Amino acid sequence: MPGKEQEILAGKRPFLEIRSRVLQLIREFFETEGFLEVQTPVLIRAPAPETHIRAVAAEDGYFLSTSPELFMKRLLAAGYDRIFQVGPAFRAGERGRLHHPEFTILEWYRLNADYKDLQDDCQRMVRMVCGGLPAAKGPSRAGRGLDAGAPWGRYTVRGAFSQFAGWDPGPHPIQDRFDIDMVERVEPNLGFPSPCFLEDYPAGQAALARLKPGDHDVAERFELYWAGIELANGFSELTDPAEQRARFEEAVRLKYQAEGIRMQMPESFLGSLAFLRPCAGIAFGVDRFVMLLSGADDIDSIVAFPPEMG
Amino acid sequence: MGAVLTAGELRKGTKLEIDGDPYLIVDFEFSKPGKGQALYRCRLRNMITGVQFDRTYRSGDKFTAADLEEQEMQYLYNDGERYHLMNTSSYEQIEMMADQVGDAANFLTENLNVNVLLFQGRPIGLTLPNFVELTITKSDPGIKGDTASGATKPATLQTGFIIQVPLFVEEGETVRIDTRNGQYVERVKS
Repeated sequence: MPGKEQEILAGKRPFLEIRSRVLQLIREFFETEGFLEVQTPVLIRAPAPETHIRAVAAEDGYFLSTSPELFMKRLLAAGYDRIFQVGPAFRAGERGRLHHPEFTILEWYRLNADYKDLQDDCQRMVRMVCGGLPAAKGPSRAGRGLDAGAPWGRYTVRGAFSQFAGWDPGPHPIQDRFDIDMVERVEPNLGFPSPCFLEDYPAGQAALARLKPGDHDVAERFELYWAGIELANGFSELTDPAEQRARFEEAVRLKYQAEGIRMQMPESFLGSLAFLRPCAGIAFGVDRFVMLLSGADDIDSIVAFPPEMG
Repeated sequence: MGAVLTAGELRKGTKLEIDGDPYLIVDFEFSKPGKGQALYRCRLRNMITGVQFDRTYRSGDKFTAADLEEQEMQYLYNDGERYHLMNTSSYEQIEMMADQVGDAANFLTENLNVNVLLFQGRPIGLTLPNFVELTITKSDPGIKGDTASGATKPATLQTGFIIQVPLFVEEGETVRIDTRNGQYVERVKS
């Protein structure tokens, strides 16, 4: 008679098989596209200062990586033109049906490209992965069938807010109102039955994206949604060292104000920006993707060991 | 005053005091839009009125846990308007209105021990034992030969409430009822 844990783990096999197949197909896709798979450190000195992301602190002044972004861009600055990485990332305090403090992140970057090129990548990659899975189990969410083969939607952030929340966020919306309406009114409408892009974020929500040439009210940033769920966040990358430093300093200031945490400036990364040509990069949530592809309700179902079993 | 909670401590099942009323979180979702802040989406149900609403909270928000306790009490009688109960440890008597007792009244008989939910010391609800035994005061005889098919007939309990029982159950018999779903379980030999 197997024990409780053995029973739970054995029951996860169909999900873990889909997960394994999805990872294979992702690697196949990027290999075909001429990308180099890289590995960057998980134990790092200075995570990117971002107001709403909290790093897990380790011993000896180290933190666990919140994203491989800064290291990936240092490789780009050295001339690596197409790179991808799939591995663990860690964010403190995030736990829910769609959040684990440790999750699997896929990031890819292209030199001499912008966010529209990444949108093309997303569409081709997602369709290729869907096509490579056993046909019996199509993607679904809460009983609704999903179809990556149908035409993909596209909204600007201003358009989506005007349509679903009834107001225009403009270039500098109030953060609380923007975030709350995003989750309550906008997100639930995005990505049925096929994925869709939400693009051109207000300049105040640019993160590490460059502002749109010719329209500095918006940033060249997009998010990929499927079934109301955020799957990926991509940018035309900000390559201006002074502007990047100013944004980090602002994030460091807000972080200290809100949480009393003093973050270090990632100086090695800032130093590499002088050598970085125009490029674009994206972070893609592998766990949520596998969840949708296998019709699971939460990401607990598609990892062998959710955080509480660690 | 209940304990102070932060948004990060909210879960499905957490009970909060909001505007002087106790609320139960019946659905809960952690959310974090894009590069935005952590949000805690809650569906709350007022534990007195039953009214539900959705509210999204932020990391910095603070809450007071609802000051709730359960106390075993013995049901004494109904005076036509109010239900009278007695605290089994202090022997103190309390009164409850019909809307506070709710559907539990269907299976409530004198001297039954129940759990009363108190909010800030005032009764707001009542939970019956999972199983109670009640006598059938009225039920027409079942049609013979149809006992195996699972057919049922209505039967009036001593409380006046009508349930469905198998055809073989007769007037005057005592039956066991699951109070969580209000269904007949079995006949009790008297």
